[in-house]
Amino acid sequence: MKENLNNINEKRNFGQALKNFIDVAGWPRIIIGIFLILLFAMTPIAKLRLSTSLSDTLVRVGMNAIMVLALVPMVQSGCGLNFGLPLGFIAGILGAILSIEFNLTGLKGLFSAIGISIPFAVIFGYAYGQLLNRVKGDEMMIATYVGFSSVSLFCIFWLLLPFKSPVMVWGYAGKGLRTTISTQKFWQNSLSDILSLRIGETFYFPTGMFLFFALLCFLIWAFFHTKVGTAMTAVGSNPDYARASGVSVDKMRTLSVVISTVLGAIGIIIYQQSYGFIQIYNGPLYMGFPAVAAILLGGASVHKANIGNVIIGTFLFQGILTMAPSVINSLLQTDMSEIFRIIISMGMILYALTRKTKGNR
Amino acid sequence: MGQKPILEMKEISKEFYGNRVLNSVSFTLNEGQILGLVGENGAGKSTLMNILFGMPVITQTGGYSGDVIIDGQKVSFNSPFDAIAAGIGMVHQEFSLLPGFTATENILLNKEPLKYNFLVELFGSRMQTLDYEKMRHEAIKAINKLGVNIDPDMLVAEMPVGHKQFTEIARELERANARIIVLDEPTAVLTESEAEILLKALKKLAKEGVSIIFISHRLQEVLDIADKIVVLRDGKLVSEIETNKTNMKQVVEWMVGHSVDSKAKDSIKKNISDEIILSVKNLWVDMPGELVRDVSFDVRKGEILGFGGLAGQGKLGIPNGIMGLFPAGGEVFFEGKRLDISDTHKSIKKGLAFVSEDRRGVGLLLEEPIDWNISFTAMQVQEKFLKKLFKGLIKWRNDKEIEDIAKFYIKKFEIKCTSTKQIAQQLSGGNQQKICLAKAFVLDPKILFVSEPTRGIDVGAKKLVLEALKEYNKEHGTTIVIISSELEELRSICDRIAIVDEGKISGILPPTAELEEFGMLMVGSSKQN
Ligand SMILES: Nc1ncnc2c1ncn2[C@@H]1O[C@H](COP(=O)(O)OP(=O)(O)OP(=O)(O)O)[C@@H](O)[C@H]1O
Ligand SMILES: [Mg+2]
Repeated sequence: MKENLNNINEKRNFGQALKNFIDVAGWPRIIIGIFLILLFAMTPIAKLRLSTSLSDTLVRVGMNAIMVLALVPMVQSGCGLNFGLPLGFIAGILGAILSIEFNLTGLKGLFSAIGISIPFAVIFGYAYGQLLNRVKGDEMMIATYVGFSSVSLFCIFWLLLPFKSPVMVWGYAGKGLRTTISTQKFWQNSLSDILSLRIGETFYFPTGMFLFFALLCFLIWAFFHTKVGTAMTAVGSNPDYARASGVSVDKMRTLSVVISTVLGAIGIIIYQQSYGFIQIYNGPLYMGFPAVAAILLGGASVHKANIGNVIIGTFLFQGILTMAPSVINSLLQTDMSEIFRIIISMGMILYALTRKTKGNR
Repeated sequence: MGQKPILEMKEISKEFYGNRVLNSVSFTLNEGQILGLVGENGAGKSTLMNILFGMPVITQTGGYSGDVIIDGQKVSFNSPFDAIAAGIGMVHQEFSLLPGFTATENILLNKEPLKYNFLVELFGSRMQTLDYEKMRHEAIKAINKLGVNIDPDMLVAEMPVGHKQFTEIARELERANARIIVLDEPTAVLTESEAEILLKALKKLAKEGVSIIFISHRLQEVLDIADKIVVLRDGKLVSEIETNKTNMKQVVEWMVGHSVDSKAKDSIKKNISDEIILSVKNLWVDMPGELVRDVSFDVRKGEILGFGGLAGQGKLGIPNGIMGLFPAGGEVFFEGKRLDISDTHKSIKKGLAFVSEDRRGVGLLLEEPIDWNISFTAMQVQEKFLKKLFKGLIKWRNDKEIEDIAKFYIKKFEIKCTSTKQIAQQLSGGNQQKICLAKAFVLDPKILFVSEPTRGIDVGAKKLVLEALKEYNKEHGTTIVIISSELEELRSICDRIAIVDEGKISGILPPTAELEEFGMLMVGSSKQN
């Protein structure tokens, strides 16, 4: 009898726990998560190696995660999703190519790139923040235009700036930057390779890159536990309340934009060190969207986001993006993976954006 | 008055996340009857009405159990639109107007009379244009029905709060088929004279056969107007009774579960020094709907100064201007030194604090937990609740201290909540008000401005809040400036009362002055012309 009761209780507890889990995680994440697991499960059928697939996914997560993290401060301060992330990318590219121009290699080269990019990002972010303070309520639309127009503007600079390094300028003209610049001889994987794990031929885990991401996550987490971080959250939650409490709303918003832009700059450099190429000209144009889609998939809303959203979202988004095209590809025995990748990526972005106004609570 | 029951709510129960807030509540409402619904803050009044009106908060939090029966038919509304179609109108505790639109547009929202033009034939009814003349006419009719004077072309954002309330009520009346109208604390933001106008209008409506559910913490109003009173306590029905079979004292007892003497304790004469703590000269404030034109006054250290007056005359503008929340000018001296009234941060730092009348707009972080709401201002301005790490380089939030202070005030003010981490939005209106007060007390100010401190809180809590203000004033010597639409309240706690009319102070009286004298000052200048 008693046992029976216990049993029922247990069942009920389990049901409750399941319900709680669904409430916390949210259906979209559960469905996409299950889909992702299915994709991994299908690797043998598609004649793909599971270890390679896992490794690819993890590398892509590490490459993109900081760019997703960059969105958190502006969401929290009420500026919405930072569609102007390409501005930060430009700062990052400036840092990266200057470090190459100075012929710096390895970790020294990588951290110089980051170091050089930060002042640019701070200046850009500050100006961008001032602009956003004038268009309260329409931040996201203006941000998109800022992203687009800054990319276009810098297309001119990339042509005109007097870089000398032969790896970077067009060989035949002797001036103007190439569209893609290889980081291979300078600092490719210099961070990823630290303490990296290699199991067998096919599995590679970029430990250093993840440690660095964890460090930045910790810093952001810590920031939001300080006085200023608390003020930033309050500004996002209710600017009138914050103002009545003596907090300068504009200052907090500007600060959030600066932090976001700096993280964007760092994010793109980490991406380049793993990818092996710096893409300039129109390269950064569309790179903000996957980040936005990832954080939305992770369960963030337009005015609340946390680090959990970043990690889960990046993993789901990049996981699907890595796995779906290759599984479909080998099942259909065609080579259209690039096309699939674009379709899937755009599809997910579209899906995420349609859900963006809904809160996550 | 018909004896036909038009609405019956049967054994209604409701839980929010496992927290039972309504427990098998039943009552009936007859045609043309006015039902007064009373109960303490958090008793479940708004929730019960939200169920009736099909509000999304109810469905989103798991629905309810029990039956809602209209005209003998069981109904279940999935959205307010269904409820409206069934002839129910509701004026919510918090405003739901569109600030950027005029009174007319708000009143006729979604019911706009449409003009026919030839495009309709081609493209269907979406091509009809709005018939503004007709709209204006209808709006004026609805406003007149209430017996108030509102400019139909005024933007809601620029209206004094009382006019907003009337606009909202007019909107519900305008629905041609409204048979049941629910008013959730409609008079909380009105002055006594405005409230009277409203009550009269409601009585007239009831005569015409409309049934009304009326929620208020001003029990006298309820006793005056209601045919029947329903009392809730802690989500349970305590009593459903004809008004003429009960009295104020009994209702209060039912509400709180024990007897309360509703008069605040009379204070022992305290010493107010002659020292002037705050001196205001020629203050003007550009606060929409509460314009202050030219106000000068002195506040003595340790006194409680009251500001009264009709809504829209500028009394609310005074603290909002001094605290830098709206554009303002003039000279303000605090403790003998000139105060920069545009710098809110500095003002708070120097010892001024303000509890805003706009609790959802300015007073609360609705999406954040209670403990944040209470501690935030003190943390930002006075650096309380912070741990300094690395020689003060990093100011780390001390979550433990924040929780402790929240617990302290939850106990002190008897705030009804599930924990210190509950989101402010989920609290009942009166409990939100208590949070706003706690936030100001945490600052330990030298001078405290409170606007409408007891708006929307029940008799028990009102006494608690007024006592707390008095006690605070006596024990800490805190000077208090209190702005209220309720003259009785001012008279029960203030040392002096200033009446504001047309953006100016029309006179300052002792609390013992006759009611007529106050009345004269309130309508003074406008009547003379
Ligand atoms: N959305 C919600 N989520 C969780 N709890 C809620 C929610 N809305 C209301 N509650 C809880 O339900 C209880 C009843 O609230 P309700 O708003 O009905 O009170 P009320 O009688 O209208 O009080 P008041 O006079 O203060 O307006 C309160 O304890 C409140 O905290
Ligand atoms: Mg209520």
